[in-house]
Amino acid sequence: MPPPVPPTDLLDRRLLFVTGKGGVGKTSIAAALGSLAASQGRRTLLCEVDAKGDLAGAFETAPTEFREREVAPGLWAMTMDTDASLKEYLGLQLKLPLLARLGPLARTFDFVANAAPGVKEILTVGKLCYEVRERHYDLVVADAPASGHIVGQLAAPEAINDLVKVGLVRDQTGWMLDILGDAPTTGAIVVATPEEMPVNETLELAGRLREETVVDLAAVVVNRVLPELFTRGEEKIFRELRRPDRTEALAAAVGVPGPGAGSVEPLLDGAELAVKLRRTRAEHLGALRDGLPPGTQLLYVPELFQRSHGVRATRQMAEALGAELGY
Amino acid sequence: MAARRSALRAPTGPSSLEPLLAAKEIVICCGSGGVGKTTTAAAAAAMAAANLGGKVLVITVDPARRLANALGLERFGNVETQIPPEHFAAAGVAEPRGELWAAMLDTKQSWDELVRAHAPDAATRDAILANPLYANITSRFVQSHDYIAMERLYEIHASGRYDLILVDTPPTRNAIDFLEAPERMADFFSSRLLRWLTVPARSRVFTMASKPFYTVADRILGTQFLQDIAEFFLLFQTMYDGFVERARAVTRTLSDKRTTFVVVSTLEPSPVRETEFFIDALSDRKLHLGAVVLNKVLPDWFRDRDATAIAQRMSTDAAGLAKAVTEAPGGAGIGAPDQVARVLAEVGESFLNFQVVATREGEQRAELAAVADVVATIPYADHDITDLAGLLELGSWLWR
Repeated sequence: MPPPVPPTDLLDRRLLFVTGKGGVGKTSIAAALGSLAASQGRRTLLCEVDAKGDLAGAFETAPTEFREREVAPGLWAMTMDTDASLKEYLGLQLKLPLLARLGPLARTFDFVANAAPGVKEILTVGKLCYEVRERHYDLVVADAPASGHIVGQLAAPEAINDLVKVGLVRDQTGWMLDILGDAPTTGAIVVATPEEMPVNETLELAGRLREETVVDLAAVVVNRVLPELFTRGEEKIFRELRRPDRTEALAAAVGVPGPGAGSVEPLLDGAELAVKLRRTRAEHLGALRDGLPPGTQLLYVPELFQRSHGVRATRQMAEALGAELGY
Repeated sequence: MAARRSALRAPTGPSSLEPLLAAKEIVICCGSGGVGKTTTAAAAAAMAAANLGGKVLVITVDPARRLANALGLERFGNVETQIPPEHFAAAGVAEPRGELWAAMLDTKQSWDELVRAHAPDAATRDAILANPLYANITSRFVQSHDYIAMERLYEIHASGRYDLILVDTPPTRNAIDFLEAPERMADFFSSRLLRWLTVPARSRVFTMASKPFYTVADRILGTQFLQDIAEFFLLFQTMYDGFVERARAVTRTLSDKRTTFVVVSTLEPSPVRETEFFIDALSDRKLHLGAVVLNKVLPDWFRDRDATAIAQRMSTDAAGLAKAVTEAPGGAGIGAPDQVARVLAEVGESFLNFQVVATREGEQRAELAAVADVVATIPYADHDITDLAGLLELGSWLWR
């Protein structure tokens, strides 16, 4: 049976929310996806929703701001700021005069946004959907909040629909839901590492996305996959080498002076650790595969030993994702 | 090698969490997502219960099911549960000196309890609990998790039921958020804006300051929604005094001499950056930094210079070495030389890969050591923790 073909090419979608448990490399993967899309000639906007500044680090540029800036050819980056988003919205939608005097008003709204559930979220999702609707970009990639917060954010338009019966915010939720709920347009990408907690959170999140939001799970990216060290035959040889007399033979061959295995030991211990890690992670990977809805697109990004972040790492991850997507 | 290794070690401070856990009553484990806060808190609690005595409680925000199993619990609930002493016996601690208890933070339930405690009368209480906005706000209101975690910590500590309470902190957007949550909660309830919002529409007296607020709020959110919000907050305001006083008490608990913070971090750049930020934030607020625990650290021997030289030879001259090994005394019968060569090449390559990471970690550690004493280092585990023995094994790294 041929593997199921994903309905849409991932990067043909217009809006991608990249999420996952904290510490799995969500920002790096979002940056890599943006990079990959831009390198294919897609006009791409990357938006960091939690202002942590990691996105700027992925491209080694000055801190990103609400006003988007081109950080690489065809790739723009911005940081979400709900106050600024509100001002932009008021300016565009309400044609309010004297916008310059909105300072205190925006603070007021910051408060209302806190008090009224979903308002802050809708200002974030709204800005992203707006960029999609206006076709300013071919693709918008959101470095979205971690698993704990993403559902609240993506479900905000519906929550608002339930709570708010009239008013401008209510009027705005309809078209947002159209964009969010259209699978060929919008998708969520969950990033995981092959470890226990990230895998559990990914499976839980996949379920919650399905039950509580209209957003389609577009793909799961498994980051930091370790290489397989040995084939079965090679593993047998490795076990042989761990026998004390064999280890001494190895020590003699590499020319370690004197009795004992000396500095050869760390090498074998290191390989042992790598083999065990790979094995534990393979189990978690299996649990992830089994737990996801059949046909979910899985993309693997290898552990990058040389560089963990920065432009070089972003580039390598983009290449790995490109290879996985068959580009 | 010893000299080089010590140069990479943090300046010596206390080398164990033991004195800290013996001296303090509240230990708050914080750090960025994915560094192992929950496990560290549970391991430290298990060690304290085993070695120090007294009643020890670990409150966790979102434990993996396996961790619950490791503690021998079917599942966590808001209710505090004792880990049966026989689990310690099974883990090789015949007679733990103290008791280990565990509880999970259930945000919704904790809010409900808070409302029950502070509502002026049964009618208000029921009206609040039944309010549709209430559920939404307590589960989604920014920082409501953070606040309730600190609130519950305060409540349990004030009850005097435990000698030592360890708590792991919720995965906040920003590790610092929960520190400010109680203050923010107090501000929130005493805010002028809240008063504006809770004035019923018909009796509003527009001032120069409030008029544009109403105009815009009405146009954007709709009058009805504003009224819903207003009604909810009117109900909530009946608990105003109790809440504000409580939030202030929670803030005082954080800065109490019996409270300390343990920052957990890995040696990856992003968590280290957040750890440095967090240490600054603690010092700005005059809060007590008890320890920095480094988790998932690669072993020192990955930086061994002689081993590195051998690894380089293995990856560049695998065939030559394989020939030498198979021909050496004791080397006969290991396997075909070409296969042995592939194994050696992989071993060398893998070592060099991890060596790069270990070196980077060494630099991050040195950077951290400049801002804080690193008290404990937990090595990279190649297996998951599935029982109390596993927790105690991990905990032993906090205790040397």
